[in-house]
Amino acid sequence: MEALRAHDHFPEVRPAPQPAPRKRPLLARPGAERLFIFLARFIIASALVVLVALIGDVAIDGAARLHLDFFLNFPSRKAENAGILAAWTGSLWLLLLTISFALPLGIGAAVYLEEYGKKNRFAKLLELCIANLAGVPSVIYGILGLQVFVRTLGFERSLLSGALTLALLVLPIIIMATREALRTVPKGYREGALALGATKWQTVWTQVLPVALPGIATGCILAFSRAIGETAPLITLGALTYVAQVPDSIFSPFTALPIQAFNWLSRPQTEFHTNAAAAITVLLTFMIALNLIAIVIRAKFQKRQR
Amino acid sequence: MKSHPSTKVRAKEVGIELALALCSSVSILTTGGIIAVLLLESFRFFEEVSPSQLLFDTQWTPLFLDKHFGIWPLIAGTLLTSAIALSLSVPAGLIIAIYVSEFATERTRRFLKPILELLAGIPTIVYGYFALLFITPALQFVFPSIGSFNALSAGIAMGIMILPMMASLSEDAIYTVPRSLREGAYALGASKLQMIIGAVLPAAIGGITAAVILSAARAIGETMIVAIAAGQQPLLHFNPLAPVETMTAYIVQVSLGDTPHGTLEYHTLFVVAMMLFLLTMGLNMISLAIRERFKRMYR
Amino acid sequence: MKSSVAHKEIEAPSPTSETKTKTEEDARVDVATKKIKINVQNVELFYGTFKALHGINIAIPAREVTAFIGPSGCGKSTLLRSINRMNDLIDGVSLTGSITIDDQDIYAQGVDLIELRKRVGMVFQKSNPFPKSIYDNVAYGPRIHGIKDKDVLDDIVHKSLMRADLWREVQDRLHTSALDLSGGQQQRLCIARALAVNPEVLLMDEPASALDPRSTSKIEDLIGELRHDYTIVIVTHNMQQAARVSDSTAFFYEGSLVEVGRTKELFTKPREKQTEDYITGRFG
Repeated sequence: MEALRAHDHFPEVRPAPQPAPRKRPLLARPGAERLFIFLARFIIASALVVLVALIGDVAIDGAARLHLDFFLNFPSRKAENAGILAAWTGSLWLLLLTISFALPLGIGAAVYLEEYGKKNRFAKLLELCIANLAGVPSVIYGILGLQVFVRTLGFERSLLSGALTLALLVLPIIIMATREALRTVPKGYREGALALGATKWQTVWTQVLPVALPGIATGCILAFSRAIGETAPLITLGALTYVAQVPDSIFSPFTALPIQAFNWLSRPQTEFHTNAAAAITVLLTFMIALNLIAIVIRAKFQKRQR
Repeated sequence: MKSHPSTKVRAKEVGIELALALCSSVSILTTGGIIAVLLLESFRFFEEVSPSQLLFDTQWTPLFLDKHFGIWPLIAGTLLTSAIALSLSVPAGLIIAIYVSEFATERTRRFLKPILELLAGIPTIVYGYFALLFITPALQFVFPSIGSFNALSAGIAMGIMILPMMASLSEDAIYTVPRSLREGAYALGASKLQMIIGAVLPAAIGGITAAVILSAARAIGETMIVAIAAGQQPLLHFNPLAPVETMTAYIVQVSLGDTPHGTLEYHTLFVVAMMLFLLTMGLNMISLAIRERFKRMYR
Repeated sequence: MKSSVAHKEIEAPSPTSETKTKTEEDARVDVATKKIKINVQNVELFYGTFKALHGINIAIPAREVTAFIGPSGCGKSTLLRSINRMNDLIDGVSLTGSITIDDQDIYAQGVDLIELRKRVGMVFQKSNPFPKSIYDNVAYGPRIHGIKDKDVLDDIVHKSLMRADLWREVQDRLHTSALDLSGGQQQRLCIARALAVNPEVLLMDEPASALDPRSTSKIEDLIGELRHDYTIVIVTHNMQQAARVSDSTAFFYEGSLVEVGRTKELFTKPREKQTEDYITGRFG
């Protein structure tokens, strides 16, 4: 603009003849950047739409079946009479048992690696195993559980077998999340305690773990929310799809929400698809609630850190 | 130095360290257990079927009377669905990663993170439901010939499932590119996109490759989506509109069928799982090695 | 090493002393008769293959303040952290030579680190109160060493805070978070916390470097108070501070001890050219 006006006033002042203007390369044009930003926003918006569609689709399909009876009935050959009593109680049992196995083991392992971790062969092997286990498909855990817990140890297709399998499955996730949380604890807390003559364990127990707790909790909640959604390992384990009893001990046979949903989903009749949608809605509600708890804990924690 | 309280204290410390080491050894036991179980049971299988049949036959029909044990149909099904998933999640994930790390404001970032996390946390059975009862019907408008079980819809659902992982791993990789590189590109008069494509992406290529490989491993190991939406017909083809059976779907099929313990069919479970394990573990290890090298580069 | 001779040069045994009243004139005599609390002999310290300390010899007298000065990276903090074996926490650190406290080698086999660190308290450069209440911070040490009695703990907390000159400021809010205290108060809290386990030696690693001048002078006053009961070793990069608070000063440069002597002498008549250059501000 400025330049143009200057030309108007002083027409005799001509800029030196320029070489023929080269076109700017494609990526350097402002349009390219705008296009990219548009594309990125479009993809993000699509992801959001899919998320809403995913949850909305299931919730709308399942809404018709979501009344009290659905929670209090056992499965049935008639879709409208079938319910998820065995499934949701089974899922709850599974969750609690999995937590009680995986939490102490996972946190213990993370503390060992992060706080005691010597750079020896054992630690190296451990790191390698954990990194590898984190990437092992969940069906493989099911195969392991089938052979070790169901057959070799003779736990049959019980809650115990299911929970042990799921515990092994989430263990690497818990270890990694806990280590991450332990790493955020300032060095000064450890040094301060040690300089007062605290033992290693006293330092960990009284200083490090309390400070890392919110981070550990967040990571573990997310891990367990994954555990209750797992279907494949339980199917491989041979979890039953028709169970008409509420589990009363760790040796009870069991079913779980995702298995029940899968069972209904794989039937040809569409009425059962409605049941599947309702069961999935219950599962999703529970999972999203867990996620929200994790988000709240994290937000609170971050505020306190600042 | 006095040492009266120390023997007891020291014994406790040693005990605790031992207990913690024991906790962590569970991971080693699990890895060892997986390998042992797969090897032992696969060995039983190879007592009856020669490895050459596994590798050179083109039919997979262990559950039928006329038994064939060529694993290629399962591998083809796995590769097809995984390829569809990756062709969706890799470019989209990369674009999201670039946008988030180079363009987005802090607010967008904070809003986006929980959404991606939620998307990643949704149980795969939900994606399976979505693929079977939402994506497939939608695809039927475009391809009327498409079956109610097909590789395409399962692949698409899987792509959406993997997207968050691809995006966040790539973002981590882009994040580690040092500022000086960006500034160097800008100082030469590069536009932002030129800077990204000329300086940032080449520098982050190791991490991005690792992300792609991990995504591939995840796709190959994904079970419920393909078991629900892709079908259970082990056919050797690469037609995305037709049904396929993946390795994981086969494992589910056998598990549901109450196959008697100790039979040949039962042992196929372990052979397929073995192939799956080798494939995913190989990919994981490659990805890990790339990330390690990459990390060292910028230290 | 010439440096270690500084203290031992005058071997005039005068059994009469250990008198509390000391004047500048008899400072030299004082050194010879002072009981040696910490004796560092031929200490070499390696970070992996990097040699961070070169044959250090220094004798630190009991119930006095000894200052370690020198430019950053000269090894003064490293040596300080060797005295309560905090360097053990860093991977790949190895130490040769010996450090004795009351003639006991603290690097000998079977030494109880917990017992050692109870005897040798430490205050860090960056104040590091635990994210707990003021009371719990001070009571932390006694508690981990097995004191459970509430009255005893109350008493220890009270006395420690008094000694650290913090009691008046915090007596009404002992159970509020220590993180709400000001920087200077936090550092005095860390001193109180160290005192609560009743140490004999107090190591201070640039305890005032992150503080404003008023808080700094409070800490320095406190050191002046504590010198009668504790053997204090303070690392500082502030030469005025060393001159103000210490009885002897050791000057380090590139991992070696260049010179050690009574503070007044070292600052007025340094024997080494390097020391003179440093204290006159020609480098560092």
